[in-house]
Amino acid sequence: MEPDSPPVSKLAALDYSVLQQCMHCGMCLPTCPTYVETGRERNSPRGRIALMRAIADAELEATKAFGEEMYYCLGCLACTTACPAGVDYAVLFETARAEVEKSGQLRTPQRNAVRWFALRFVFMRPRVLRAIGRLLWLWQASGLQKTSRRLGLTRLLGKKLAGLEPQTPVIRRQFSDGLIEAVEAPTKGPRRHRVLVLTGCVQDLAFSDVNRATVDVLRENGCEVLTPRAQHCCGSLHAHNGDEDAARELARRQLDAVDLSTVDAIISNAGGCGSHLRHYDHLLHDDARYAARAVEWSRKMRDIHEWLVEIDFRKPQPPAASKVPGAPAASTTALTYHESCHLCHGQKVSRQPREILKSLPGVELRECAEATWCCGSAGVYNITQPETAGWLQTRKVGHVLATGATLVATANPGCHLQLENGLKAGCAPGECAPKVVHPIVLLAQAYAAERG
Amino acid sequence: MPSPEFVAALKAALPGQSVLTEREDILPYGFDGTATLKGTAGAVVFPKDAAAVSAAIKLARTHRVPVVTRGSGTGLSGGSVPVAGCVVLCLVDMNRILELDAKNLTLLAEPGVITQRIFDTADAAGLFYPPDPGSMKISTIGGNVAENAGGLRGLKYGVTRNYVMGLEVVLPDGAIAWLGNKCVKDVAGYNLRDLFIGSEGTLGVVTKVLLKLLPKPAARQTLLATYATMDAAAETVSAIIAERIIPCTLEFLDRRTLRCVEAFAKVGLPTEAEALLLIETDGHPAAVADEALRIEAICARHHALAVRRAATPEEAVRLATARRSAFSALARLRPTTILEDATVPRSELATMIRFISAVAKKHRVEIATFGHFGDGNLHPTFLTDERNTEEMHRVEAAMKEIFEFALSLGGTITGEHGVGLAKKGFLKQQLGDASFGLLKTIKRALDPEGLMNPGKIFDLVETEATPSVPHGA
Repeated sequence: MEPDSPPVSKLAALDYSVLQQCMHCGMCLPTCPTYVETGRERNSPRGRIALMRAIADAELEATKAFGEEMYYCLGCLACTTACPAGVDYAVLFETARAEVEKSGQLRTPQRNAVRWFALRFVFMRPRVLRAIGRLLWLWQASGLQKTSRRLGLTRLLGKKLAGLEPQTPVIRRQFSDGLIEAVEAPTKGPRRHRVLVLTGCVQDLAFSDVNRATVDVLRENGCEVLTPRAQHCCGSLHAHNGDEDAARELARRQLDAVDLSTVDAIISNAGGCGSHLRHYDHLLHDDARYAARAVEWSRKMRDIHEWLVEIDFRKPQPPAASKVPGAPAASTTALTYHESCHLCHGQKVSRQPREILKSLPGVELRECAEATWCCGSAGVYNITQPETAGWLQTRKVGHVLATGATLVATANPGCHLQLENGLKAGCAPGECAPKVVHPIVLLAQAYAAERG
Repeated sequence: MPSPEFVAALKAALPGQSVLTEREDILPYGFDGTATLKGTAGAVVFPKDAAAVSAAIKLARTHRVPVVTRGSGTGLSGGSVPVAGCVVLCLVDMNRILELDAKNLTLLAEPGVITQRIFDTADAAGLFYPPDPGSMKISTIGGNVAENAGGLRGLKYGVTRNYVMGLEVVLPDGAIAWLGNKCVKDVAGYNLRDLFIGSEGTLGVVTKVLLKLLPKPAARQTLLATYATMDAAAETVSAIIAERIIPCTLEFLDRRTLRCVEAFAKVGLPTEAEALLLIETDGHPAAVADEALRIEAICARHHALAVRRAATPEEAVRLATARRSAFSALARLRPTTILEDATVPRSELATMIRFISAVAKKHRVEIATFGHFGDGNLHPTFLTDERNTEEMHRVEAAMKEIFEFALSLGGTITGEHGVGLAKKGFLKQQLGDASFGLLKTIKRALDPEGLMNPGKIFDLVETEATPSVPHGA
């Protein structure tokens, strides 16, 4: 499906110093979930880099085993946080996957068809994506999904798909464009900032409430909010899956759709998208027409938590009712925070979401073990590598339940779904699974509760 | 490459244990933590117990295949870099802690247990395992024993050797031997246990380690002192020792190292200083308080720009962890980072530091220096590019001068990293003919076929007339 390109290794074409940056000290090993799972160097960051370097040095071809290894990597980037040498694993990982796709070693008719449909058809066309979302909503809202599950019709999908079917996200009745105006003014007072909100793909269909909450908290903090209509996919799905050309094309479309000069910041509320969106400068660095704009884009790109802390967000006050003298003290809700890999490792935003969560009245933040470990969602990893994804999900759910928290905050739609499904399965029948929620939704609720 | 018969026999002898032979699987076992050294194994196996190790060694002997033992591959002298076509015994699957004996203060572990886990297990029982090599989060205890690893606490607590009470080893003929026991005193026969500590896999394979633990110090205090010159920092160290204070840790970072570490760890190190000392005192609370005060006064007397105490135990741990990242963090500056560990008697520190600066200037090479000042163990680190042949020649020339100067001061070519491949060209010069010859006599007696990690520490048959640095070769 990718156009055949000349037989030049993408890894060999890469600046060699990026590969050399890895001095194989091994500091990455204990933080890499796949290495911890198998204990084999090939499944570790430095092992994978050694294979990439062997290809760049023409000591190894991009074989099938190499391809499988690159898709066994979660791309969680935990190694980049652990790496004292500052190896840019994100670039190596994306280049290696592009190399795998170019080699064609993993091609099968079924894989080709799925890749074309997802990467080149649905996620290149915002209207198609939303039409599919609409159909899915109808299927779910009409009760057909429930009926077909009850009748066991989902088994007709075949074993693999039937196993995945229960993970289908619940689609919202209204998508972001229906909930958010193109331009919304600050709640009160003068405009202090002007920002642009990106609504995402899965976020838009399954979590449009998160987008609404994002706009609400921005308005509470003196921001005028622009939300462009019918937004394109940011291209992170494509970049992470070795389709560089489509990723670049989508980045160009994003740049075409906005006037950067009029906004102070571009806001993303999904960890995975944000991590990719920040790197448009690198992605388009050799595109003469777009390079300069891409640099400005990357400079203005902010994760919502990061931006709120940067502009010194207003700390929500306890609800009016609890301030009445003699009223019973409000109860405390225990909450834990699961860090989206691409928020904490990809964007190095880790302190700010906690600052927001700690500011919430009546909430106690309980840290959970391995908060920065991948939950197994990792883009489409739970579909392509269900075993490892399941192992990680179980591990994560165990740590979450051990905190005794009734709320789990996380800031990425993939993690959100993975946790929700895992917690549902991990709790005994009748036991109430902790509720998964985006930190910004909690902040928006806290602002709303102030008014009683 | 090992023959298909050998591989088939290995697989049959080690049922249920991985035997890797595919290129993609074994290429990542081609190196350890040492720059520019690599080799390609013929097979990598993961034995689960001493019997499997013994079986693999016997087979290797029958088929005359060299054996290289490996843990997590974090070594810094190339000790576990494979010899072409060898079989690598990777011991990471032997990772159980077998016993913590609180009555005798010992811990028995398999060789693949991560050093940090030994520390944590002891700590949870109110005990203390002091050796803390920079890679302790990753390194295995077996590797620590094989290389006799040091760490930040060497000054007061010594190195791995000082904590090994017993070893189970598989000998080159496949026999399994126990060396040592839980007795504090034991003078029965030659001290063979000590022969295997630091033997770098050339005499046999360690399959169990019996470690000595200490009571956990009741208190500790970390101090940071900054200086405008490296000399002032070195003089402070000499003064602390001269005043009969032995801190647990006495670490030094130069400006380059400081900046790289701070860029990575972001723990608030003062990056404008020329030199920094990280000092930790531990022990009885009253002694710690007294020592901390005296150290502060000594630092002030020796023109420290500022002396600061870590506010909390967590901050102290963060600072020590940041320091452990120094070597890797230096890799930010240039493509190739070559770490050395020339060590001199403590009284010669300032002389050695000045010499390193002069050599760097003379050969126009970039050297960052950090290390364990308290025990004279320096880490001059060359920041270079292995693809620049001309520059690599200058690096080699500078390195040779540093080794020779360290020896002239009564020092050693390696304080804690081992000889491996990286420093074997200088060993004879340090040891002298008689003691160097003794190494060979021992090796020939235990491993007559020369199959255990051949070519590490020294060559049985010397081919080169003059010592050379194998880096970049």
